[in-house]
This record gives sequence, structure tokens and C-alpha cells, in this order.
Amino acid sequence: MNNTNLIEVDRLSRRFGSKLALDNVTMAVPGGIVLGLVGANGAGKTTLIRHLLGLLRAQSGTVRVFGLDPAAHPVRVLARLGYLSEDRDLPPWMSVRELLRYSRAFRPGWDAAYAEQLREQFQLAPDAMLRHLSKGELAKAGLIVALAHRPELLVLDEPSSGLDPIVRRELLEAVVRAVAEHGRTVLFSSHLLDEIARVSDHVAMMAHGRLVLHGPLAAVMERHRRVVVQANVPIARLAGLPGALFVSGGPGEWTLICNGTPEAFAPALRELGGQLLEEGGATFEEIFHARVGHATG
Amino acid sequence: MEIRLSTSDGVPVYRQIVNQVKYLVASGRLRPGQELPTIRALAEKLVINPNTVVHAYAELENEGLVVRRHGSGTYVAEDPTRLSSRAGREALSAKVDSLLADAAHLNTSVEEIIRLVCERYANLKKKEQS
Repeated sequence: MNNTNLIEVDRLSRRFGSKLALDNVTMAVPGGIVLGLVGANGAGKTTLIRHLLGLLRAQSGTVRVFGLDPAAHPVRVLARLGYLSEDRDLPPWMSVRELLRYSRAFRPGWDAAYAEQLREQFQLAPDAMLRHLSKGELAKAGLIVALAHRPELLVLDEPSSGLDPIVRRELLEAVVRAVAEHGRTVLFSSHLLDEIARVSDHVAMMAHGRLVLHGPLAAVMERHRRVVVQANVPIARLAGLPGALFVSGGPGEWTLICNGTPEAFAPALRELGGQLLEEGGATFEEIFHARVGHATG
Repeated sequence: MEIRLSTSDGVPVYRQIVNQVKYLVASGRLRPGQELPTIRALAEKLVINPNTVVHAYAELENEGLVVRRHGSGTYVAEDPTRLSSRAGREALSAKVDSLLADAAHLNTSVEEIIRLVCERYANLKKKEQS
């Protein structure tokens, strides 16, 4: 494998009964980046993550993490990977102290001092029982377990799901600090586009099991434009303009989300008798809706 | 160094940092020789990816607005004025362009716009004095 890529997924497909959950997904994640994985519920994000953890074996295509097949070498892969699942799945009968001691037992490289530092920072009482913790506190406890063996790769599945903005910020701060201190690679899935737009340097967008867009966030943002045009034509004519991903508004005045600059379609627009009114950057949210809407239609 | 990020205007985060540092330099709130926050400190404060700060600082260095001293930190360049006034002109030009575009739609002449600008300016001055 290319030794700068921590994750390599090649033409991965997965079927659950009649549903195609992953459809020919190919992606590479280089070391040292934060990759934000976005998509609607059911788009395939968690199924992809479960392949990376070795919880699902590839039906077709290949999955490599650290150059290894996680389904064949789960112990070797998981030793170098930290994981926070969406439903946290921590044993409710344990106290915070017991959880840390228990987690330490099967994670080589566990740094007890670091775990203790995180516990204090998150203000989790050692004697608190997990079943009595709030959702936010459970997420923090889960994050300590994911971080304390100082894994090379951190996988967070919807880390902010169901949390209030203050706790979300605390968790993200801890992730940013971990990246800043150790240059870790992070893959995190979220439906909070704002969060992804702030923290990621690469993004991957999924829709209906397919990867519809994958690349550095700054380049994605710079490539997509939001354009307002005036044209007295049916919507389908505008949707056919080169680079147009999504058209809304009308009749008469329309907003287009485009891949590329309006120069690319200016001649075609003139042919429709249209006129360019405004051009600016598209937000990550607009790009997401344009891309995912496009994939649906 | 006060930086405020927005994810609602379609500008990449690194570009927002570059633009705001330029503005802080142009307006004198960051002075020549002044040290910028470390990459880690700024990333933690803004809760953004440290790589994004690296990207922004590299861009600012490329444009000659800051200098990086190895093993020490990032500083506002000693003579950023020439560059920052150019950056300021570029920013204003974009605003003037959009004003002119609006004027064209409203069938307003350039002379009319200039007169309006002078009028608003006089208004502002009057408010400042009172």
C-alpha cells in the first residue's frame, strides 16, 4: 500500500438483504488529516466505519487500515485505533474508575496519566456510576477510552449526536488538542455540517451508499460557487448548464450551486437569454445539499 | 488577536483567517514585529483543525505579511504596510464592484453613486463630531 495512507478502501460494496448499503466505495485517507464523513441517516457512514473496525467483512472490494485487513487482523488494527461509537455502549454497572481500569487491561500502550488528565479536564468523578451519567458525560468517558492508548487513528461515529452545544464544544476541543499534540489522524462522521466545516481538513460526502464527493475541504469550498442568474426559461434548461449541480428559486431569478466558476457556463447562459446577477462562495451546507440532492435525483 | 469564524458565507476557514489577519494588520491592531498566536493555541481557541491554521499562516507568509522564525514563532512582517494597503484596495475593489453592479440594476449612474458616497461620508463626519 501507499505508506502515507492510513486507510485504503477499494471498490467496497455491501448488501444487507435487498438494500445496497455501500456501493463501490473507493477512498484513501492520508496520515495526519481530520476527515469529516457526512451524509444523511442511512447513507452508509456507519456501515463504512464498521468495515474499518473489522466488525464487517468486505463482501466485495478491499479494506485496509494500517495496510492490514481489519476483519482478518482485528487485534493488530484495534491496538492502534481509538473508537467512539454513536451509542457509546459502555457497561452501565461500572464506575468511571472501573471503566478506565478495565479498558486499560486490553489496550496496549494505555497511558494512565493521560487518562487521568482527561478525566479531570472533563470533570468526571471517579466514583460516578456510568448508568448515572448524562449523555454528555458518557460521551466524555467514551472519548477518554478512545484516546488514552494514544492511537494513531481516531474514529468517531457521530460524536456530537444528542449533545448540547457546550458539551459538543468540549469534545471537539479535546479532539483538536489531541490532533495538535500528536498529529493524529481522525475520521469522524457527523450530520452537523457546521461542525464538519470547522474541524475537518478533508471531507467525504455519502449518499445512498455511494461516495459522492471526497477531497480537501478548502479545495471543495473554493471550487463550488453560488450564482444568481436571471433567465426566463424552464428550470430544466438551467439545470443543464455546464457545472450546475442544483437550481432553486425562479421563475425569472434563480440560484445555482455550481461546480466551477460561472465563466464555464456564461456562453450557454447567454444563449438562453439569461444574465448573471451575483456570484459568491457556496457554504458547505449548500454544497452538501446540492451534491446529495443531485445524487438522489 | 481576535478572529471570528463564520460557516455561513461560503469562505474556507483558512481564507477567513488570512483575510482577518490582513485586516488587523491594515487597521493597525496587529503591529509590525508583533507575534501571532502559535498554531496550536489558535486552533484550540477557534476549535478548528491545526492544519487549517498551518495553511493560513503559510499563505500569509507567502504574501509577505508575516515571517516565520524557525523554532520561535510567527510575527507580523516589519514592513507589511505596502502589502496590506494593496490587500485593502483589493478588498475595497470587490465592494465597489458589487455596488456598481447594484447601481446598474437600479439604473443609477456612476456620477450619482459618487455623489451619494460623498453625501454619506459628510453624514458620517457630522455624526462623529456631534
